[in-house]
Amino acid sequence: MSEPMIKAEAVHKRFGRLEVLKGIDLEVERGEVMCLLGPSGSGKSTFLRCINHLEKINSGRLSVDGELVGYRESGGKLHELHERDVARKRAEIGMVFQHFNLFPHMTALENVTLAPTRVLGASRREARDRATDLLARVGLADKLSTYPVALSGGQQQRVAIARALAMQPKLMLFDEPTSALDPELVGDVLDAMRRLAHDGMTMIVVTHEVGFAREVGDTVVFMDAGVVVETGKPADVLGNPQHERTRAFLTNVL
Amino acid sequence: MIAASIIRAIVTNKNFQWHVVGTYLFDSRITHGVLVTIELTVLSMLIGVLLGVILAIMRRSPNPVVSGASWLYIYFFRGTPLLVQILFWYSIAALFKTIDLGIPFGPALVHLNSNTVITPLVAALLGLGLNEGAYMAEIVRAGLLSVDEGQSEAAASLGMGRLQVLRLIVLPQAMRVIIPPTGNETISMLKNTSLVSVIAYTELLYSVQQIYSVSFQTIPLLIVASIWYLAMTSVLYVGQFFIERRFGRGFSRAEQMTMRARWLGMGRGGAGGGVG
Repeated sequence: MSEPMIKAEAVHKRFGRLEVLKGIDLEVERGEVMCLLGPSGSGKSTFLRCINHLEKINSGRLSVDGELVGYRESGGKLHELHERDVARKRAEIGMVFQHFNLFPHMTALENVTLAPTRVLGASRREARDRATDLLARVGLADKLSTYPVALSGGQQQRVAIARALAMQPKLMLFDEPTSALDPELVGDVLDAMRRLAHDGMTMIVVTHEVGFAREVGDTVVFMDAGVVVETGKPADVLGNPQHERTRAFLTNVL
Repeated sequence: MIAASIIRAIVTNKNFQWHVVGTYLFDSRITHGVLVTIELTVLSMLIGVLLGVILAIMRRSPNPVVSGASWLYIYFFRGTPLLVQILFWYSIAALFKTIDLGIPFGPALVHLNSNTVITPLVAALLGLGLNEGAYMAEIVRAGLLSVDEGQSEAAASLGMGRLQVLRLIVLPQAMRVIIPPTGNETISMLKNTSLVSVIAYTELLYSVQQIYSVSFQTIPLLIVASIWYLAMTSVLYVGQFFIERRFGRGFSRAEQMTMRARWLGMGRGGAGGGVG
């Protein structure tokens, strides 16, 4: 088997004096769907943001597809990457945010075509065709020229997923993608993610949707207070948790 | 009642000499002054906006030297009177007889005589434009701060560089916040151009002064100037409406308001909109 898509070794992250990640070790294989669960403040989202260098790690090693995130190693020393190289690597990683973060001054279609044309240098027509196709796949074929403000939360999040997919990423990060949605809108977003997982996309999903983790996840990771408490198959971690903290958390969310 | 009697007093008072106002309203010296005032306003605002954007971006720089330089500039130009700055630029030849452009402490590449370079126009533009830059910097900075951090993060996560994020995502959204005070600044600028009359630059006020210093028809000529200033600000109001509408796209669920609806106060609160 080839090397893992993501490899984290003793990853530490501090905000001032607050240590948010206290040594994370994880591996995510290609095509794997990993669900990160845990109480808020446990460091799940921070870890996710470290993967595309939105946050810089303080120590440890973190690599995506065999390359270090944000750094270059030469002569046994780490050198921080130039901004341009950081951006180039980010372009290969899709990210979906809790609050969607669609660009409000652009239509759904423009949101999806922007980065492919400006970052990848795709032609307008090429980007347009692909965006139309992606938006149709998430059930928004009739919303191409609608501005985000006129879309429901669930529709906005599906545009955000299409926007990330338009860059043809090798990895998708989801940061609590359904937490800001009304309950009746969650289903459509989870459906879109389920299809993506089915197509073999490597995904890391920070979520509180235990049902989704059980059904779609290949691995479930339970984090608490900046450390990984428990890792395993969903049936094991969710059905038969070994740690007291996991048990306490699951009792609370179920 | 009071308003009616004030209007009556203004119309019937012979000292206003309304017929003189009529004679000079389209006098070629006056219309030339109007054109110069427009030219000064446009050029000074261009300098001001451009400087403002640069200074605002510098203020956000993580480099303390860069952000400090911007802070010092704003501190200095906001802290001294515009009139003093205009006089200072006009008299700069007294400080520096020549202006050398080149490598610092090295050979000069361009050698200029201050008295020929700093014409009244240049002094006026330096005075008005550099001062405006300081005010615009704060307006632009407020606009940049108004854009949610998530917008830059989303753009960065798509692989855009810092400048692309600023140009394509942050600035267009900041415009919505930047434009109303900039309209205000433009109207102020239009009137502040009258300050350069002190360095004998023939904009509208100085043209008027030149006429009444000979004819002694001070009041009617000041009315002529006021009518033109009012006419020009009215045009700016209309322009601002359309620019605001252009950059408000995507921020309101309601149909875009027509100008008439807004004047009649029929539009629902436009700005805002729950965008995450």
